[in-house]
Amino acid sequence: MSIDTSKVADSNATSAAKASKPSKAGAVATWADDRLGLAGAMKKNLRKVFPDHWSFMLGEIALWSFVVVLLTGVFLTFWYVPSMGEVEYQGSYDPLRGVHMSEAYASTLHLSFDVRGGLLLRQMHHWAAMIFIASMMIHLLRVWFTGAFRKPRELNWVIGCLLLFLGTLEGFTGYSLPDDLLSGTGIRAADGFLKATPVVGSYMSFFLFGGEFPGESIIPRLYTIHVLLIPGLLVALVAAHMLLLVYHKHTQWPGPGRTNDNVVGYPMLPVYAAKAGGFFFIVFGVVAIMGATMTINGVWKFGPYDPTKVTAGSQPDWYMGWPDGLLRVIPGWESVIGGYTISWNVMIPILITPPALLVLLIMLPFIDQWITKDKRDHHLLQRPRDAPTRTAIMVALMTFYGLAWAAGGNDIIAIKLHLSINQITYFMRGALFIGPVIAFIITRRWCISLQRHDREKLLHGYETGVIMRSPDGGYSERHLPISESEAYRLTARDREKVFTADGRIDENGVAAPGGRLDGVRAKLSTLMYADNIQKPTRAELEEAHHHAEHEKALTAALTGHAADGHQFDGKRPVDDEALRGD
Amino acid sequence: MTDLEKHGDDQHGDDHGTPDDAQGRLPAMTGGYLPVEEPIANPGLPEHTWRPTDVDEGAAKRAERQVSLMFLLSGVCTVLFVVAYFTLDIGDNWTTFGGLGASTLFLGLTLGGALLLIGVGIIQWARKLMADHEIVEMRHPARSSDEDRETTAAVLQTGLEESGLGKHSMIRRTLLLSTGLLAAPAVILLRDLGPSPASVANAEEGTGLKHTFWGTGDRIRVVRDVVGTPIRPADLQIGDLVNGVPDGLLELEGIELQVAKAKAAVIMVKMEPREITPGPGREDWSVDGVICYSKICSHVGCPISLYERTTHHVLCPCHQSTFDLADSAKVVFGPAGRPLPQLHLGVDDEGYLVAEGDFTEPVGPSFWDREK
Amino acid sequence: MAGLVVLLLALLLTGGAYSLFSPGATAGQADTSAEDVTKGRELFLVGCAFCHGRNGEGVLTVEGTQYGPALSDVGGASVDFQVGTGRMPLAQPGQQAERKPPVYTDEEVRQLAAYVDTLGAGPAVPDESAYTLPSDFTDEERESAITRGGQIFLTNCTACHNFDGAGGAMPRGGYAPTLRGVEPKYIYEALLTGPQQMPTFSDGNLTPDEKRDVIAYLEDTGAKPAYSGFGLGNLGPVSEGLFAWIVGIGLLVGFAIWIAAHTTRSSRQKPGGSSNLPVNLSDGEPGSPKGGNA
Repeated sequence: MSIDTSKVADSNATSAAKASKPSKAGAVATWADDRLGLAGAMKKNLRKVFPDHWSFMLGEIALWSFVVVLLTGVFLTFWYVPSMGEVEYQGSYDPLRGVHMSEAYASTLHLSFDVRGGLLLRQMHHWAAMIFIASMMIHLLRVWFTGAFRKPRELNWVIGCLLLFLGTLEGFTGYSLPDDLLSGTGIRAADGFLKATPVVGSYMSFFLFGGEFPGESIIPRLYTIHVLLIPGLLVALVAAHMLLLVYHKHTQWPGPGRTNDNVVGYPMLPVYAAKAGGFFFIVFGVVAIMGATMTINGVWKFGPYDPTKVTAGSQPDWYMGWPDGLLRVIPGWESVIGGYTISWNVMIPILITPPALLVLLIMLPFIDQWITKDKRDHHLLQRPRDAPTRTAIMVALMTFYGLAWAAGGNDIIAIKLHLSINQITYFMRGALFIGPVIAFIITRRWCISLQRHDREKLLHGYETGVIMRSPDGGYSERHLPISESEAYRLTARDREKVFTADGRIDENGVAAPGGRLDGVRAKLSTLMYADNIQKPTRAELEEAHHHAEHEKALTAALTGHAADGHQFDGKRPVDDEALRGD
Repeated sequence: MTDLEKHGDDQHGDDHGTPDDAQGRLPAMTGGYLPVEEPIANPGLPEHTWRPTDVDEGAAKRAERQVSLMFLLSGVCTVLFVVAYFTLDIGDNWTTFGGLGASTLFLGLTLGGALLLIGVGIIQWARKLMADHEIVEMRHPARSSDEDRETTAAVLQTGLEESGLGKHSMIRRTLLLSTGLLAAPAVILLRDLGPSPASVANAEEGTGLKHTFWGTGDRIRVVRDVVGTPIRPADLQIGDLVNGVPDGLLELEGIELQVAKAKAAVIMVKMEPREITPGPGREDWSVDGVICYSKICSHVGCPISLYERTTHHVLCPCHQSTFDLADSAKVVFGPAGRPLPQLHLGVDDEGYLVAEGDFTEPVGPSFWDREK
Repeated sequence: MAGLVVLLLALLLTGGAYSLFSPGATAGQADTSAEDVTKGRELFLVGCAFCHGRNGEGVLTVEGTQYGPALSDVGGASVDFQVGTGRMPLAQPGQQAERKPPVYTDEEVRQLAAYVDTLGAGPAVPDESAYTLPSDFTDEERESAITRGGQIFLTNCTACHNFDGAGGAMPRGGYAPTLRGVEPKYIYEALLTGPQQMPTFSDGNLTPDEKRDVIAYLEDTGAKPAYSGFGLGNLGPVSEGLFAWIVGIGLLVGFAIWIAAHTTRSSRQKPGGSSNLPVNLSDGEPGSPKGGNA
């Protein structure tokens, strides 16, 4: 059959040519399968289903911007020279001509001013890197807020956290490579961080810099880390992240026909392949336009690094902004104990808090699981409101992060908003502790209110905005039931029970091992669930609907009139309805 | 793990819809969740509805033309990119457009346009013309089946037994020991990344954490950074700020220069002599109101020279530590824990400002054995 | 942003025109007559004496702090800077004086400066040649002057005024103002006199030639094209981060929403088409399209 059509295709032009395509593809596929035997694995995966939701594409932004970073980065390495050897600049940027500088900086200038498209690709590389880390972060938030990190996906959460950490490190090493004044100041601060490490600090500094700061080794060493070590790890972890995604299949929102046991969406081939591939071009295109129009890191204005020079607004890139902010707001605590100096003013904001928060971030799914004792597989997402405490925890963390981040830009905030740096700093010292608590409380109550709203909708329907007057003069708003699929969507979630510690006592009255921890867990479980609004039971729902029937009977006079127009609100079928006057 | 077994055995089409089912699938082990009947039964996937492009040949044609047009425009952008590459000058004489560098701008815009149009075209194609039937695929638990688990465990056990790893405990222990020891070369090989702080310390050469260039000679003049000219106290007016370095430092080159600069840079200001509150034993460290401090912040080492003439405060642009230069550079605000080290100023025979010796304490950020 | 560049160029041009046509700038100190001094004193008594004293001796508050500083040794350069850039008269005492449209005309500023010059030994208003590179400089000399100016700028000025002269924050609500769009004369005067909290860079500190080179560097870099696109305020990584989030992430999330959004639906059925769901049976498992017991 296929032989026949291909013969036709060879001799005919239009209509039959279409038929020939699959057979040509088939020939290639056969050739490949004879040698690779991929058909077995591909038959399942080519039509693999991915559910469609915009928030599922945030991780894709990270993936594609990473690809853009890799592509543009390769271009940059063709010209960049990772050397701190001193040269006299003789390139085309004349305000620096004759100035002594490192080869790294000189080659960055050459790349920017004497290589066509060099400046564009350097800016694209930098913008894509910033977007890479930003999109990893919003992807992480999405995963947390919807509960997508729950079993069986905890390991992917851990991999994601490592990716975020490595991405940040990769960004910092890259930021330092041009050896300009701003990045050099950053490295100088990093030298200060290392030296603040107890006992081994000055050794770490001397080993990293190959001697006294700044030495001549730091740039080549950072270069190797930046182009080989971390990208290698990133690629490996990205691959693992994607493999696990494919293996677990994507999570989905609950809805009619969408359950914990299936996944409903579009097949990989062709729709999802097209959407993902198209999105790659879009990310690449947006980055190119940003690189074309928006200056990033104009190193020629900073001049080469010189340890005696500095510029106002000395900041790291945004993702390092929050530790920098902590470093700005910490009071000048330093103690000398037994003749040894301990720099709390560096250790707390840099060496203790960020690693501790990273560990906390990695541990979050396991802590959540320990409190809830939930060991089931979860493939259905939760709306943030349906896990009020969990949502509130992340909002509290975000608040801390955001405040620390703002503190890292306190000088820019001061000049742009006409404030005093000192006042901002004093404010932040308090806000960093109080802000997250306030955010936690507000978010949690807000989520619970939304849950209550959902429950109301289920029990009493939605508010139509129609005000009715009863025969005895009372006014009430008319509620109409929501659609069945909407009602199902609202109830497709778990019913939670607070964990109590008393279930773990054996027949001899001895508490099971871990009994004391159970008390803690019970308290946490109470915090987690006790205030949540549970979905109504079937009995409650029937009761409410019965009540609604009764109410409806009271307003029966009105139901005959298709006059109020509110039935055209898109929430109900209106096939038989007609507008007034029709 | 009964839920998982159940899960695996279940017909994949069902869900937690009916009460029986919910009860059946929620074993006791799953903690805080009650098996309660679901209030609303799963209505099932809604019926597929068609897009205008599915049912209207004209709409489909329009969509096809749209997509093709985008691909064509993308090609035009690529051609323009090539044109921009070869026509727009960079280097000594940039072509400009509205005050912007034309090369960067047009290369980026055309490249961005070409890529975006392909992307948007593909997405439009997928949204309008590709089949958009939603497909249902069943999930499988991430874990393997019990059978597989048992088989694998058995295979592992067999392997372990056949190797005799359990039996020959001596082999096991020595192997662990020898591979564990291999961590040592991995760490030791890194030893020569740099010298130890003690090995480079030399007061004569101003090297190491505790010495600077100021100690390499006798009464070294303070000269202006960049230009290298010496300074007489009378040259300066009240309120002047000089960014200074030791004389002779600017003749160094390359890394030596950078290392020396990183420690020896100073800021020197002139104020009314009566405004200076000298530190104990430092009564004669200033000359005619000219006073000199290390420029390297005692917090993490940023150069610091944001000087306020009337308050005599100097601010670090990195983390906003503020020091009072009139009062021994005490910290008045911010994260720094120590004052800036002060340089003992004097005047030489020709009337130029000199340092009466090296800093009396290490400059820059704190480190563990700073006080030793 | 292009508008800003145009504005910048316009300001530079007006600065040039100003120095050509303004009598004060070209005439220099030599032309100040006794008449100017008299007129300047009259203006001073009306507009300045309230804070600075009838003879520029300064006014103290009850607590003994300075209300208006003495002007005995500030010189005409200081007057020209403070009044010419609109910083004086102050809108209200206690604040850092802000740049605003000048209250006095150029002629009046010249007369005020002439009067204050007679009070003591401060620097006079500089001549134009002090802050412009000599016209007989060869290209090479010009270039090396600009390069040297850049190095001096990065050493002495960027700490407060930022790498691009965009300005920066100082303690307790103070700030270093932007240098962009400031006429060379005023930059020179500011270096000489140290307005407000700014340290002075007197001729014994930075030689006149060095100051001139700094100004030449600023002029040169200000006139260069924005090679890399719009500057985003030239504030460094903070504004870059903000734009990465707002523009980059904003646009891409917008695209993501579009990609995943439902397309419009038709109420018509496909002729002959089945609306039954195709079910992926690749697992070899029975599957129900309705996904359950509906």
